[in-house]
Amino acid sequence: MGFRGPGHPAAFANKLTQSNMELTISIILGFMIIGAIYAIHARDLLSAVVAMGIVGYGLVVCFLLLKAPDLAIVQIVVETITLVIMVAVVLDSTREELKISLDRRAIVQVIAGLIVFAGLFYFFTLAIENLDPLGIHTMRMSETYVNGAVEKTGSINLVTGVLFDFRAYDTLGEAVILYIAALGVLTLLRIKGKK
Amino acid sequence: MIVKKVTPLLAGLIFLFGVYIVLHGHLTPGGGFAGGAIIAGAFILLILAYGSSALNLRKEVAGSSNTESVALLMVCILAIMGLLFGAKVFFFNFLPKGTPGELLSAGFIPLYNIFIGIEVAGAILTIFLALVIFKEESSK
Repeated sequence: MGFRGPGHPAAFANKLTQSNMELTISIILGFMIIGAIYAIHARDLLSAVVAMGIVGYGLVVCFLLLKAPDLAIVQIVVETITLVIMVAVVLDSTREELKISLDRRAIVQVIAGLIVFAGLFYFFTLAIENLDPLGIHTMRMSETYVNGAVEKTGSINLVTGVLFDFRAYDTLGEAVILYIAALGVLTLLRIKGKK
Repeated sequence: MIVKKVTPLLAGLIFLFGVYIVLHGHLTPGGGFAGGAIIAGAFILLILAYGSSALNLRKEVAGSSNTESVALLMVCILAIMGLLFGAKVFFFNFLPKGTPGELLSAGFIPLYNIFIGIEVAGAILTIFLALVIFKEESSK
């Protein structure tokens, strides 16, 4: 495993052995799949939203078990906020699902989607032929990150060291994405300008 | 009634926890994104508890969008300062590193964390406020 600073709260996960952890994650993944399937087929939209909550919070537990607390914090907060917004939307509009009828236009769209899927699948098969066989890690880039991060960045949280120093461009891009998302929402939801 | 009594006590604690997560981003799990989302969550909790009529939402959405714009601008300025001082590299970590493990260490990573935290909090709050304002105005 990589470098872990003093006081890193990952010790609790070491109690679980490898096979135990895989079993636990498999059970949680099973629950997530059940929740997702229920969310598709639920008649009531509110229960569909709550079933989507199972998927989100199950993902949080998976992140914690896989020793990624940084991701787990973000996931749990964002999941809660989106759940609140979705529940508000469902309570405010309708709780019934809309009926979708198959007309000619829908069939054309489905066929177009299938063609795009086939094209992407062709490139996917091309790509996996060039991958290393399963079980061999390609650590060419991350090895230098894991070994020299503390000396190079001075940050004992390796994730922050990578995100905010080696990959500072990525972080700037993510921040710009959020900024543009907020701009887009403000632009789409203005009422005074439309009149 | 219970919600209105408890929310001001809790919202301050949640806000402080978010600030802690942002400031200790280079020491403990978390960082700008997680802390910013938590800070936005504190404000969203206040808005949900007190209803949208209690606050001047128009003013607030202008403030939050201005805040996130300034924070993103500061991130870009930090990046360009890496060009001016030290090596000629965008996002060069030009500040002294300090001893790993202390609060004031890791060069400009804490600063960068703080501005990203403000930006994320402003963006999420802006999106939420825009939705609330849209609902208020369309129901009129």
